[in-house]
Amino acid sequence: MRPPPVSRILRKLSRENAFYFFTSIGNYIGENAASLEEFVKKIKEVNAKSLEFHFYRGDFQKWIAEVLEDGELAEEIKRLKNLKPVGDALRDQLYLVVSKRFKKLKSEFHG
Amino acid sequence: MKLKEQEVSLDSLDWSILQALQENAKQTYTEIGRRFGVAHSTVYDRIKKMEENNVIRKYTAVVDLEKVGVKNITAIMTVFTDPKESENVAKKLSEAKEVLEVSTSLSEELSIIAKVVAKDQDKLHSFIALRVAPLSGVLRIRTSIITRKYKEEELLIERK
Repeated sequence: MRPPPVSRILRKLSRENAFYFFTSIGNYIGENAASLEEFVKKIKEVNAKSLEFHFYRGDFQKWIAEVLEDGELAEEIKRLKNLKPVGDALRDQLYLVVSKRFKKLKSEFHG
Repeated sequence: MKLKEQEVSLDSLDWSILQALQENAKQTYTEIGRRFGVAHSTVYDRIKKMEENNVIRKYTAVVDLEKVGVKNITAIMTVFTDPKESENVAKKLSEAKEVLEVSTSLSEELSIIAKVVAKDQDKLHSFIALRVAPLSGVLRIRTSIITRKYKEEELLIERK
């Protein structure tokens, strides 16, 4: 299957398709990301407990693969699990991977 | 029994009948009549009027779901909202089949309290993450999963 165009991965999503950050089952912290760009910012802002909750449930990779439709980034996030990062180490690793991918896609988009 | 601006006034026999029905809605008119010293036709008339006026909204069975192998989880969800959107959020929650009760509460912040059921924790989380958090005006959500229930009763009316 051909990957979606870069513009699709970078698009702004509707409220229904945004990523909502929780710290545990049913506990929403009031932060959400409605695009890959917002997601990069939120990795820096939300508390580490929320990042850990979603990372180990596989929520990030699922949202990135199914909603943003970026299979490549979803795979990279999945691979991070081997390192078993927690707390700020997880934040740093995630930020590195996601921001790098975002910059690459953005430069491709602007040619 | 008088109807006065939506409020229905009941006499002491109506109250007694309601109390008897809350204890056991399967009692016959004759049994209730015997208890209060009135004819079964009187009991019938009173109940009919209370049904017509929606004083009695429905008769239902309280099922012990665990006994029949249904193991749902129940959670109390507190949804903190923007006051301007609160009414809309409460209405949307009320439409969901997963939500059994919806009430509003005003303590330090305006919030909506809802009782939610789901098959398991994953389904509960999906419902909240995909259907509640995205509602316009939802600021935060706190959810407590009920682990053990010590009592569950309807408020029994006291005879006036």
